[in-house]
Amino acid sequence: MKRRIFIKQLALTAAIAAIGLGSNSLNAQQKTVKVGVLHSLSGTMAISETVLKDTVLMAIDEINAKGGVLGMKIEPVVVDPASNWPLFAEKARQLITQDKVAVTFGCWTSVSRKSVLPVFEELNSLLFYPVQYEGEEISKNVFYTGAAPNQQAIPAVEYLMSKDGGTAKRWVLLGTDYVYPRTTNKILRAFLKSKGVADADIMEEYTPFGHSDYQTIIAKIKKFASEGKKTAVVSTINGDSNVPFYKELGNQGLKATDVPVVAFSVGEEELRGVDTKPLVGHLAAWNYFMSIKAPANDAFTKKWATYAKTKNVAGHKDKALTNDPMEATYIGIYMWKQAVEKAKSFDVAKVTAAMGGQTFTAPSGITSTMDAKNHHLHKAVFIGEIKADGQFNVVWKTKGPVKAQPWSPYIAGNDKKKDEPALMAEKKK
Amino acid sequence: MKTLLFALLLCASASPAAPAFAIDKTAVEKLAFGDADERSASIAALLAEGDPHAAALLEAVSEGDMQSAGKRILIVKGGQGIDAVTGEAVAPLPEGREDVVANNRLRREIEGALAAFKLLSPERPTRLAAAKALAGGADAAMLPLVKKALEKETDSDIKLLLELTAASMEMHSGDKETRLAAIQRLGESNSPNSRTLLAQAAADADDDIRLAAQKSLREVQGKLAWGERAGLLFAGISLGSILLLTALGLAITYGLMGVINMAHGELIMIGAYATYVVQILFRKTNFFEWYLLLAVPVSFIVAAAVGMLLERVVIRWLYGRPLETLLATWGISLMLIQSVRTVFGAANVQVENPAFMSGGIHAFAGVVLPWSRLVIIAFAIAVLISMWLLLTKTRLGLFVRGVTQNRAMASCVGVPTGLVDMWAFGLGSGIAGLAGCALSQIGNVGPDLGQGYIVDSFMVVVFGGVGQLAGTVYAALTLGFANKFLEEVSGAVIAKIMVLVFIIIFIQRRPQGLFAVKGRAVEA
Repeated sequence: MKRRIFIKQLALTAAIAAIGLGSNSLNAQQKTVKVGVLHSLSGTMAISETVLKDTVLMAIDEINAKGGVLGMKIEPVVVDPASNWPLFAEKARQLITQDKVAVTFGCWTSVSRKSVLPVFEELNSLLFYPVQYEGEEISKNVFYTGAAPNQQAIPAVEYLMSKDGGTAKRWVLLGTDYVYPRTTNKILRAFLKSKGVADADIMEEYTPFGHSDYQTIIAKIKKFASEGKKTAVVSTINGDSNVPFYKELGNQGLKATDVPVVAFSVGEEELRGVDTKPLVGHLAAWNYFMSIKAPANDAFTKKWATYAKTKNVAGHKDKALTNDPMEATYIGIYMWKQAVEKAKSFDVAKVTAAMGGQTFTAPSGITSTMDAKNHHLHKAVFIGEIKADGQFNVVWKTKGPVKAQPWSPYIAGNDKKKDEPALMAEKKK
Repeated sequence: MKTLLFALLLCASASPAAPAFAIDKTAVEKLAFGDADERSASIAALLAEGDPHAAALLEAVSEGDMQSAGKRILIVKGGQGIDAVTGEAVAPLPEGREDVVANNRLRREIEGALAAFKLLSPERPTRLAAAKALAGGADAAMLPLVKKALEKETDSDIKLLLELTAASMEMHSGDKETRLAAIQRLGESNSPNSRTLLAQAAADADDDIRLAAQKSLREVQGKLAWGERAGLLFAGISLGSILLLTALGLAITYGLMGVINMAHGELIMIGAYATYVVQILFRKTNFFEWYLLLAVPVSFIVAAAVGMLLERVVIRWLYGRPLETLLATWGISLMLIQSVRTVFGAANVQVENPAFMSGGIHAFAGVVLPWSRLVIIAFAIAVLISMWLLLTKTRLGLFVRGVTQNRAMASCVGVPTGLVDMWAFGLGSGIAGLAGCALSQIGNVGPDLGQGYIVDSFMVVVFGGVGQLAGTVYAALTLGFANKFLEEVSGAVIAKIMVLVFIIIFIQRRPQGLFAVKGRAVEA
């Protein structure tokens, strides 16, 4: 009897010791740093944003497999702000104050970015924003890895004006009704005017988020296009409205050889499942296309295809696609890692200082550099035409990386604004 | 035609003589490697000989089938490759091939050149298609070819098209008389392209030309304006048919039975997902084109089953308590959204249209009626008629009307009111499912699909007059037209607001809606 008790006690002590040991060694191994992922996984923007969450997770897996950052594993905290702009701010606050994340990767629409911006500034935390946007903003707490207007919108319009692009003289500026399309179109209108386009030759149209009936709008475009000059459409439609828009465009037989449509928010992912045969020749301007031939891109697309297969990423496990914001997300994470290693700290001020001048061999085939001052990437611009298989043919590209101009010279009063975050500028005075 | 041309190429390459045919090598090289201007110049050079192989080659370029391997230029289609210059079969295909990229400009030029080339074809459909392609806007350089074709042409339809095309090309002529004649001629046309040309000429420096162009422009614009009005009318009918489909189910559950069913939108969404699942199952078979034939009954049955389950489990305990019904069904709608999200994922799913539903018919004067919308209009009418027959000509319909008009009396004469409620609710839900099936063909299918339609559906039913099917039809069409008309005038964002404001004012003035139920049925 006594012996039994003794054995039991022995076993128990051994077990406790084992647990103790186990947890100790776990602690030692799992010293982690938390990173926030703030992308809509439901609602109208889910079509575009879901895959960015997976890109972040893939990059984190990669970094962890190579030993993490500063010897610590990265632990992602994924939240779903559900395409609901105020919820973005709430979730951001939760990430920073409760989860104590070192950095957050997130947002797609500019409304969501504007909604979280005060939170990041108030709590002094870092946000990496991976999508092309309208500019007019430099925050000391944000790094913009997507394009500013001069890295996407303006080159695209210049291309359409050229002989190869079809010498467009009349312009339809079509967008979803929120800050990014409105500001971009304001810049484009000023730019077009500077090129001698009259107001009567510009038509601006907006639709609500999630709009699904594009009959009248396409009829209007057709009418506008037949009024005397070669016409092109600049589309800043965002989210899942693009599917009904392109479906209607194809059904109504508006061909790219007659009226080309250039889109700034439509990439490989948005065209998935749309019948692209009637859309051949319509354009998109980005800083990356999946079809770009470069060793870094081959590696990137291969990595993504394997990741999507092993992690069962919906849709991508059968047909893996990469796109520009995914590339920008990927660059962002690696630049943050490099900056942390340079600063030897997760401290926001130190990392920010180390970010300037970071370089990374981008999948687009160039060496992307973070500007020393203005928190934006230097990027190459590509213009692609839609092919029958939903990929893009690059028909034009810049010679090398272009420096971002977040304060567009085409908006009055911008010439006086400093090309760096306001606070830093004050400190230097 | 394209496959035919390629077959021609392959045929030629299969013949034993080593160089099966020869195309101007320098022109092909310029086409593949030259700069933009050289490339467009090479098109004319290639077609000058009138060689059908050259035409097939150009077709391959615009289809994106041309590839280069070092200095060699190949045409690769479906894994088979031939040398672009000699026509020899190339097997195995060399590694490291690069696509020869055709951009819009090149594609447009090739299209025009090929169309002019095909005008000389002996087959009428080919010539007609070519004439239509040229009428859409052609390069003035094609004028001699068009004139040549015009002399030979006997078919009156094609002749008319070609005459207009020739006139549009002569608009750029230096000779004033020719231009005046062309302007006169274009006045008879009704294509948007003619308007473009005339609008340019209407600002000409020469007085005679300006006046003539202005006159012709007015004529063309008059014709085009009719086309635009017809297009707007069609858009209104199309939106009306969609609103009708989404609201018909609600007209039964809310209109006849008085249940404020906030989960109506989710029943639509379930119908759309049912269509999605059927489509997935059909994808593996050869009958993909026909999946809708099965998707329609399946979406009806699935949504009806969910509806009847809801009625039995939740709603029947809440009859006569509108506020509780509203809260309960709203809760159910959230549960349905979340369960679909869990099963199918939060992102939208793709429902592919069968091929016969993409594209459209060119009705007239630049108006294209998309097949998908035509089919949905026909579908809405069919659903409406069958529902009307069901409610007026069958025993179940009689019971439903009896129970909704006077429940106590119906119960007294032996109608099983509880069961009738269930069937009626099932019917309403099933029709919502049909709406989902239709919506999946033109819009996005996602868990939030129903949210976008619930407000519109209630608007239609309330505006039409609760308890009236005819009212629902009129209301759906009225709102469809109003929406499209306002969109034309003020843009989509303002239009949506204005329609809401209009309905609020209308309901304040006339709470019973467009059509009021008359007689003893009105009790409470």
